[in-house]
Amino acid sequence: MPEEPGVLPPDVEALLDVALVAELTVVDATGRPITYPLIPLYDGRHLFMTSAVLFSKKLRHLKANAKVSVALTDPVGVPAEPFARATVQGDARVLDEDLHEGWEALLPLWRAKEPAIDAFLKKRFGIPLFFERSVIEITPRRALYWAGGHTEAAPVVTELLDIR
Amino acid sequence: MALAPADAVERARSYSHAVVSWIDDDGYPTSVAASFTADPSTARVDVGPLDRSTLPPPGRELCITFSHIRPQPGIGYDERRYVNLWGVAEVGDGRVRLTATRATGWDEAELPFMEYAERGVPKAHAYFEAVGGRPRLSAWWKLFLATRLPFLTATIVPIALGGAVAAHQDRFAVGYWLLALLAGCAVHIGLNVANDLFDDLSGADAANTTPTPFSGGSRVLQYGLVSRRQMVALCLGAYGLAIALGLVLAATRGWGLMWIGAAGLALSVVYSAPPFNLVARGLGEPVTAAGFGPVMTLGGYFVCAQRFSWEVVYASLPVAILIALVLYVNEIPDRAGDAAAGKRTLPVRWPADRVVGAYAVSTVVAFGLVPLGVVLGVLPAWTLVTLLAAPLARRAYLGIRAHYDQPYALMPAMQTNIGLHLAAGMLLVTGYVLATVF
Repeated sequence: MPEEPGVLPPDVEALLDVALVAELTVVDATGRPITYPLIPLYDGRHLFMTSAVLFSKKLRHLKANAKVSVALTDPVGVPAEPFARATVQGDARVLDEDLHEGWEALLPLWRAKEPAIDAFLKKRFGIPLFFERSVIEITPRRALYWAGGHTEAAPVVTELLDIR
Repeated sequence: MALAPADAVERARSYSHAVVSWIDDDGYPTSVAASFTADPSTARVDVGPLDRSTLPPPGRELCITFSHIRPQPGIGYDERRYVNLWGVAEVGDGRVRLTATRATGWDEAELPFMEYAERGVPKAHAYFEAVGGRPRLSAWWKLFLATRLPFLTATIVPIALGGAVAAHQDRFAVGYWLLALLAGCAVHIGLNVANDLFDDLSGADAANTTPTPFSGGSRVLQYGLVSRRQMVALCLGAYGLAIALGLVLAATRGWGLMWIGAAGLALSVVYSAPPFNLVARGLGEPVTAAGFGPVMTLGGYFVCAQRFSWEVVYASLPVAILIALVLYVNEIPDRAGDAAAGKRTLPVRWPADRVVGAYAVSTVVAFGLVPLGVVLGVLPAWTLVTLLAAPLARRAYLGIRAHYDQPYALMPAMQTNIGLHLAAGMLLVTGYVLATVF
């Protein structure tokens, strides 16, 4: 958990803290939604995801349209107790000034969810383009939360304005 | 990867829940998960029930995602797969219905992550071009990859064997032997780099989407880590060093060495350089066997003993066969890319059972030559220790037979096969050392 109170509702933060996978939905060039499963990271203010240049199509979409949603839906991939579901809508920024090392600032958050990342990183010479990565920084705008994961019920909606 | 809608809906049935996404009136994607039913015969999926406030408007473009992973506590996760369906929303009774018109997906059980990543290399280059960067790696790692340094065992083993035979004859000369080792490594590096350059020019490496640490070339050109100009310089530098060392050794140890050096250089050139390109004609194995068998072993021997020897040629034959088998097995996962580029290696030409059968026969011959040599009085009895490596041949054979069509599952067998050459070769060397000592 972040040390200072986060910008998201605590229930949503609890899901983000344990989530191994989330569904990032972006808007493609034709205006249609397209969804990618990715590891969500959260520092209390922003959600972060990283994308290898090998899978860069989503980055092109994000640069053209920053509006995204991140859904936490999978009881297995989001092993929270009690289980719940959430969707965070927000504005994304692609950070790609230093594809080689820039994303490494997120390693502490990543390591907490996938400890094997350090072992992979030691072997980065074997798959070098996988470790050339852009950071997707998402500023949350709205959070929808379904207690118990019961989406047949109305979500608790939290509007988050002017987060910088 | 694109999927047929009916196939994608069939696959969707194995997932626990669906995630429905659409673009809301604010322009933000909205996603909501629920249980679902799927009918592949109509490519239709029904998701719900959902609360009225989170139903997409009828007629809105939808993406429905099915995603699965298996967490591995303390490590990460595996069993990654997902399916995306697209279509237009039909809404009623608190449910969303979509008839899929387009679908994509990925299942790492069908398309291993490494191959999935390899297929993304063109996208990576396009992205680098767009942002004005290029992939980075330290100079050491680039050199390590470009030279394929771990494969130098193929050179070290025969030259060590030549030195061991010389020692058995009380003719070992450590300084000259070390220079020969350096020259042999330089030729080998020149060959590896030249091979990468020619496979890049022919398109064989680019067409290969299943490279492994043991096959598919170094990839430094395909990944944009090193330029062609740098590779040409490295290749010429390595060959130049080899030629210079060869001349020094020939001048000091005997001009007969020139024949060995010329044979080695000629074999390394005709291996992959046009118009010869023997590896593309299914002759890579005999060229490799000759170069990394008798030629290298004789080189290691000649610089010490200053003469030729049929014993050395015979002693090198098991090593020659086993190194040819390293190439042979490493060509198995490359065969689709090789075939696409017109590189007709033996695994491209032959059916699987013949490739696997020929491997078994070759290893039997390689190990059989050792006791035969002892019986004939060509090899010292201590060289029978080489047979201790024989179980590795069986392990490699079983792995190749079991995973012939699975490049990444084949990797342990490829590694065992490389270890087989190293272990058998060094045991042969050990046999000579023991025969010298005792």
